[in-house]
Amino acid sequence: MSHVTSCFSREIFLTAENMADEHARKWDRCLADTAVKTVTGLGVGIVFSLIVFKRRAWPLSFGSGLGLGMGYSNCQHDFRSPYLIHGRMVKDQ
Amino acid sequence: MLRACLRGANATARKNYRRIPLTSLQQCRHYTAGESSSASKVVVAGLLTVSGGIGGTVLYAKWDHKFRAAVEKNVPYSDWLLGLALGPAAQDPGLPIKKRVELAQPPSMIEKQVKKSAKKEGAEGPVKDSSPAPSQPAQSLQEASAEATHIISAIGEVPSVPAPCDTEAAAVKECNECHEHKEATAVHPAPTEPMKERPVEEVAARLAQQEQEEQDISASVSASLEDSLASSAKATLQAIGAQEAALQAIMQHTDKLKEAMEAEVLPEEKSNQWKDLEAALADRTTALNDARAALSKANESLDSLRSVIDESKGLKISSVRPLVLAAEENLHNMVVDLDKMAMKVQSAESEAKIVSQYSELVNEAKRQFQREVSSLTPEIQANWKGLTGKLSTDDLNALIAHAHRRIDQLNRELAEQKVREKIHIDAALEQQKLEDQKALDNAVNTALQHVKEDSRLDQERKLAELREVMEAEMRTQLRRQAAAHTDHVQDVLKVQEHELKAEAEQVLSSKMLEQETRYRQLTQEQLDNFTLDMNTAYARLKGVEEAIDSHVVAEDEARKAHQLWLSVEALSYSLKTAEADVPTVPLENAAQAVRDSCRDNDFALALASALPEKSLQRGVYSEASLRARFNSLRSLARRVALIDESRNSLYQYFLSYLQAALLFEKSQEAPPSQLSSEDLDPFKLLSYASYCLEHGDLELAAKLVNQLRGEARRVVEDWLIEARLTLETRQVVNLLSAYANAVGLGTTQAP
Repeated sequence: MSHVTSCFSREIFLTAENMADEHARKWDRCLADTAVKTVTGLGVGIVFSLIVFKRRAWPLSFGSGLGLGMGYSNCQHDFRSPYLIHGRMVKDQ
Repeated sequence: MLRACLRGANATARKNYRRIPLTSLQQCRHYTAGESSSASKVVVAGLLTVSGGIGGTVLYAKWDHKFRAAVEKNVPYSDWLLGLALGPAAQDPGLPIKKRVELAQPPSMIEKQVKKSAKKEGAEGPVKDSSPAPSQPAQSLQEASAEATHIISAIGEVPSVPAPCDTEAAAVKECNECHEHKEATAVHPAPTEPMKERPVEEVAARLAQQEQEEQDISASVSASLEDSLASSAKATLQAIGAQEAALQAIMQHTDKLKEAMEAEVLPEEKSNQWKDLEAALADRTTALNDARAALSKANESLDSLRSVIDESKGLKISSVRPLVLAAEENLHNMVVDLDKMAMKVQSAESEAKIVSQYSELVNEAKRQFQREVSSLTPEIQANWKGLTGKLSTDDLNALIAHAHRRIDQLNRELAEQKVREKIHIDAALEQQKLEDQKALDNAVNTALQHVKEDSRLDQERKLAELREVMEAEMRTQLRRQAAAHTDHVQDVLKVQEHELKAEAEQVLSSKMLEQETRYRQLTQEQLDNFTLDMNTAYARLKGVEEAIDSHVVAEDEARKAHQLWLSVEALSYSLKTAEADVPTVPLENAAQAVRDSCRDNDFALALASALPEKSLQRGVYSEASLRARFNSLRSLARRVALIDESRNSLYQYFLSYLQAALLFEKSQEAPPSQLSSEDLDPFKLLSYASYCLEHGDLELAAKLVNQLRGEARRVVEDWLIEARLTLETRQVVNLLSAYANAVGLGTTQAP
């Protein structure tokens, strides 16, 4: 999604709003995403905790941590994305 | 004061890039804590002062526009405040409108032509002066004579032709006469003026006039003569009649007297006789008186007639003469008759005298006798014949004695008388002879006079005849002379005419030649002048045409340049249409206009086509908007300042956030002329860029911003692009405008 949006933003109109807002949007996205993942993780943890792991606390933190980490990672990736260099393997002939 | 403290504190904090010395602030705060009430008072007072000052400034600015302008100039944002308070500043008054004064053309003066009313009456020749108008019948001698002289002088005025004129004696005499008359009459102006030849018609007219005049005069003269003749004839007849009557009366009287003297008649008849005698005497006296009166009248009339005749004679007109002669003869006859009658009357008178003498004597004797008788007999009356019974014998005796004595005396006297009779008779005869002689002499004289008169008249008649003959002859001679003269004059005139004609021809030809040459000269001159003028005009026309063409070309160029300039101005104006965050209008139209206005100008065309596509399509942002954006971007850039192009983690982001929060730099710092490596710090760069932006140097700001790296760079990328776009567009527009200005200046005609 962020990739798409960044492509979108770059290709068509590189306006200030977009560029400045992109950063903000990224953050928004990131935070939203992280929050969602965290909550989802927490939810899954709760579920797992409830169903599998007999109401232990660790799936909650695990799940939220999992979610947070995923979100963080996503965020980070999103923020890094302009600078990622996509190489191509050039096969020697 | 508090604010000042705060400001100073902040500044120092930013300068040092250290933590805010909160202590100073606290100190300030500490100071202010104790004095809050007074501070509030101070604050209130300060606020009041400030507001009062502002209000006063506003009011005064409302009143004084100059002050307002000064305030707006000097104090920033005051124009906004004053505008808010008072409304926009009053505009300058418009340029004064000039009134066009219409000059009234003075009415053109109309020149009036002066009419020449002076009429020159042709100076009447000397002819006119000398020809008087014919006068009325009643003419005076002077007038007639003057007229006559005039006429004669006019006749005698010979034109001055150098021709020998055969003058006869009469003509000469006439001329002399007329010359004399000419000199006599001062009216004639001939001597002063040169003799002018009169035309034939004039002479004929003159002659006719003269004839007319003569006729008139003769008619008048004849009329007068006839009148006077008639009157004198009447008078003479009357006189003659009267004298006849007188004669008769005298004779009658004499007879009666004789009768009375001699006839012894009866006394009664005597008295009758005496009465008759007295009556006859009376008659005689009356008749004599009448005769005398008539005679005198006749004489008067005859005198008048004579005078008239003399007058007429004085006129010297030939036609009058026979009349005059006839009148004279009549006069003479009348005079003769009158004289005869007078003589008769005289003789009768003399007879009567004798008789009367006799009668007187007798009467005397009688009276004497009577006296004697009366002396003798006083009481006896005179008429003794009637006294037969009354006389006494004494008286009678005395009377008879006296009578006897008387008879004796008388006898004696008679004897004496008889004796003396002879002597007396001789004496009487002598006397009679004398008287007869006298009468004879008188008669002779009168007869002589009459004869003389007759002869004179005859002479006059003959003279008149002769004159007529001579006149006729002279007329013929004159006619001949006139004919000769006219012939001669004609010849001479012909000759003169020829001469004059030749001369005139010559003069005319010479003048004509002269005029011709002058005319040719003038025409040639005119032609030359005209050619010259035409040439000059043509040359000028050519020059004018060339000038106009060059002007047209120059104007065309100027127009094009102007159009270009206008379009460039439009373009540059359209750049200004950028609002706060809205880009300008797409510059496509303006650029198209520019391209249209510089079709044949490669440079401008190239420039016009160098405009970036984006600006054409979408427009560019203004510097202000970029500036504003930058300010907002700056904080963001600061926040991501630590993120570079490498793989950055979120932790880096956190760190850069922290850095941005904790790091303070000058908001604006003047960039150095050369950037060193430490200037490449994003914060510094940002402050430099800010400074540049604040000072309107977008280019340098863009350059500085371009030095950002990493995420900051990414963040400000589009701003940079926009700035680049704006810069590029502006550059192109500036170039175009400069070029248009240059071209415009170049094509502008220097005044």
